Amino acid sequence: MPRYIGKEMSRVDGVAKVTGRAKYAAEFRAPNLAYGFIVLGSVAKGTIKSIDTSEAESAPGVVRVFTHLNAPKLGPKASHEQSPPRAQEERDKSFRALQSDRIYFNMQPVALVVAETYEQARYASRLVKVSYNVEKHTTDTESMRGRARVPSLGPPPKPRGNPEAAMKSAPVKVEAEYRIPVEHHNPMEPHAAVAVWEGDRLTVFDKSQEVYNVRTHLASSFGVPEANVQVISPYVGGAFGSSLRPNYYPALTAMAARELKRPVKVVYTRTQMFTGHGHRPYTIQKVALGAERSGKLTAMIHEAVHNTSTFEEFSDNTTGFTRQVYACPNLYAPTLIAATDLPTPTWMRAPGAVSGMFALECAMDELAYTLKLDPLELRLINYAETDPESGRPFSSKALRECYRLGAEKFGWKNRKFEPRSMRDGRLLVGWGMATGIWGAFQMPASARITFKADGTAHVASATSDIGPGTYTVITMIAAEYLGLRPEQVKFELGDTGLPRAPAQGGSWTTASVGSAVHGAALAVGAKLLALANQDANSPLKGATAADVEMLDGRLRLKSDPSRSVNIADVMRRNNLGEIVETFESRPSEERRKYATMAHGAQFVEVKVDSDIGQVRVTRAIEVTACGRIINPKASHSQEIGGVVWGIGMALQEATEIDHRYGRIMNPNLQHYHVPVNADVHEVETLFVEEEDTVVNPLGVKGMGELGMVGIPAAIANAVFHATGRRVRELPITPDKLL
Amino acid sequence: MRPFKYVRASDAGAAARAVAANPHAKFLAGGTNILDLMKEDVERPNELVDVNRLKLSEIKTAREGGVVIGALAKNSETANHPLIRQNYPLLTQAIVAGASGQLRNMATNGGNLMQRTRCQYFYDTAMPCNKREPGSGCGALEGLNRIHAIFGWSDKCVATYPGDMANALYALDAVVRVRGANGRERTIPVNDFHRLPGDTPEKDNNLAHGELITAIELPKSNFAKNSYYLKVRDRASYAFALVAVAAALEMDGNNIRQARVVLGSVAHKPWRSREAEAALAGRAASEESFRRAAEAALAGAKPLAHNAYKVELGKRAVVRALMRAARLV
Repeated sequence: MPRYIGKEMSRVDGVAKVTGRAKYAAEFRAPNLAYGFIVLGSVAKGTIKSIDTSEAESAPGVVRVFTHLNAPKLGPKASHEQSPPRAQEERDKSFRALQSDRIYFNMQPVALVVAETYEQARYASRLVKVSYNVEKHTTDTESMRGRARVPSLGPPPKPRGNPEAAMKSAPVKVEAEYRIPVEHHNPMEPHAAVAVWEGDRLTVFDKSQEVYNVRTHLASSFGVPEANVQVISPYVGGAFGSSLRPNYYPALTAMAARELKRPVKVVYTRTQMFTGHGHRPYTIQKVALGAERSGKLTAMIHEAVHNTSTFEEFSDNTTGFTRQVYACPNLYAPTLIAATDLPTPTWMRAPGAVSGMFALECAMDELAYTLKLDPLELRLINYAETDPESGRPFSSKALRECYRLGAEKFGWKNRKFEPRSMRDGRLLVGWGMATGIWGAFQMPASARITFKADGTAHVASATSDIGPGTYTVITMIAAEYLGLRPEQVKFELGDTGLPRAPAQGGSWTTASVGSAVHGAALAVGAKLLALANQDANSPLKGATAADVEMLDGRLRLKSDPSRSVNIADVMRRNNLGEIVETFESRPSEERRKYATMAHGAQFVEVKVDSDIGQVRVTRAIEVTACGRIINPKASHSQEIGGVVWGIGMALQEATEIDHRYGRIMNPNLQHYHVPVNADVHEVETLFVEEEDTVVNPLGVKGMGELGMVGIPAAIANAVFHATGRRVRELPITPDKLL
Repeated sequence: MRPFKYVRASDAGAAARAVAANPHAKFLAGGTNILDLMKEDVERPNELVDVNRLKLSEIKTAREGGVVIGALAKNSETANHPLIRQNYPLLTQAIVAGASGQLRNMATNGGNLMQRTRCQYFYDTAMPCNKREPGSGCGALEGLNRIHAIFGWSDKCVATYPGDMANALYALDAVVRVRGANGRERTIPVNDFHRLPGDTPEKDNNLAHGELITAIELPKSNFAKNSYYLKVRDRASYAFALVAVAAALEMDGNNIRQARVVLGSVAHKPWRSREAEAALAGRAASEESFRRAAEAALAGAKPLAHNAYKVELGKRAVVRALMRAARLV
């Protein structure tokens, strides 16, 4: 019986966070620190004609003003200067600031003012005068739709079966277009870096979801060996994808620090964040579904077009999960990209999936109404027993159970089919549902355990904890398999001095890093067993590593716990103060025989005051099947957060661009709306646990993104049910319901 | 933020004189708007005269009946004051519909009247805005104008006054008491306090430079039993209104003796609809008469490219607010 796994545990870093002891990137200090403030450009495309920094340079406290005219060039050196060449650098086309006079997007950094204080730098930044040679820009994805193309990375979209013919002959069809605006992550913590050079060695305190990635970017930016660069990011105040890539500010900060020979700090303002880390792309989707009268899907055509930048390709893979969610023999689901003069988009919580499933799950609801079938029934009719894309079995899939449990908890059977048929006084009531889906990914990851004779352990891996509770869950896993209490385990992360871990993205951290820690813990046990069995009288003679477990200071036989050794004694006899084991876990061969996915079912109730277009999500039931739940407390928090985000995406969030200027007009939290507490009513999250021995040694699947995937569609479907009005363009604001 | 001189005023006269003496000086009260705008480089005063220590925060009964609220009384204190809750519940409702608890604890009544527009183009110094920079043009006129004016705008400016409190004050016929640098006090009916943009959108109101708001007088009224503040917005709280309605009725049985209908976030100032009020006076309270009033209220609306919805929303909001005020829903 597990002692910790599966039981609620409060965050081990909670006290540090609420008392301010947890240090975030901008809070690190260094002697003689200077402060940089970024100056943003005001046109969307063209070149810088002139830039006058004289007034700024003579402002009080200003140390230097960097522009493309005096900033050193960053980036990989020519190949003959490089040894050895690295493939990864070739791919790193990410935007670097102040490298030329070229303007790629509005609100692009055009100068960095460095001063003795933040206030001085911010003031002087207003004194920099820039003029431009303006070129005609395009920021409207709608107008570039005709020039959308298949992304060059990844395989070209391949139809399954004969979707066009099947669509033509389908007895029942629906077809519609759906739109999602540009959205921004808006984590609470602004992005920041503190850069410190000592000779050719660079230390950067950053807000990052992948310190190793930032290290590679910085090393190639400055032409120094990776070993000379250390990136440290112990705490992240939310990121949601906005810190997956190396954003432009760490290299900019390090450049200034190197030139000035003193540490420099740069912190984005909220406004600077809007062009400083990418965004969820503007996505246009056309969905056509063909079905038999029974509801059985015969054809699915789901085409997405979204923006990328002119200098880099980004694909959100909007239609990826369409291929795997329902059984259907004929399918075509391409995602195309169109270049616009906006910054490169990036992954934002549940990237692709939440956008794609918004369109598909609304279309499924439209099909249900065309067929006069209950929307849940339609999903069950098209339930995929095996992966429709590969034909492989699922390693586990409890979606049917999620539907059943969710419907029961929600009271779905009491739903009246007809729109506008349910009321609460003068309010229209709508019930909607949708399916959630996400991959159960696993990435190579390493972890090191230092197991000490005093019965404590230090666990280390260069992953991050952007909020899901990684500090806690890894501590639980280590405590479980080392037989220690959680307070005897100290887990350290977010530092390139620690074993390599993948980005904290894709909801794969616990599966990847957790498996590495599990492996390292077993290696510690194996080492102890070998040491114990050097003693001729060892009670564990003949046992293999798989036969033993550690518990409360003893290594014991699982089948006969009375046969055990005292771990401290074994270590003392061998003069060992500590045992250090590093383990790299990789996805197993076995996994390849299966499709590994996580699923969920979402049911929501809205109440609509149709006179004034006001929608309230009064109830949400979210049922999730994502393998084994390690920490129910944090897991529920994750799923609640997903629901809340889904409410924001459905009803509020939109980055507004004035296409005349190619400029974002609401880059602040007064104009860009996210849900407030008053928008969030009853939210109930439930888990259907799956026993999955294939997916990874811990049997866990990611949940952080999954929790929001179906919510926007479920809300839009509920709004239709309440009002009879199908809103296919998010967000569903009051003006769209009048 | 640009460097500025900070002065703490010891009395109202000194405060008014200090600001009057410097064309680039401004008063500082709660600071919930001006400090944000200074950080964004939208406001660029070179001197702030802090009036927070002045004794202008009393809320008391006036001699002629009615209530006088100090300019420096906090929004939250005002909304929760028994005299206001009992006699002017419309004002309480309007105040608590605005901002957040934290902001209302800082914001003063005088400062709230001075709140500047929330037009995105006003906030972005890279964009044209005649209000921020006269002569630079109006970015919103043909730009993103979903939140902008449908009444009283000019081709120089389509911004709205964003606040809630003032909408109620307009309905309650409040009077603003101000003190000039010369020590003279004068009163301005609140309905004449804010301006329409015309050719000078940089002027939000009719205060002379250096005039300090000292108090707001609320005349005795009979609206307390039948008033309602309705705010329609993009989320449940902490968002500016798309359309707001302050509705007040003085009833005689089921008949309306007199009415007040003020729409918020539809013009450069709270938009009092005399047409709707005339349509209501002497009528029976009914959904039908409220609909007629709503039609009258929105008849003169001139929507822009992205805010035509405000016309229909405005009508429905007027009906709803009146129905609530009349306790018919």
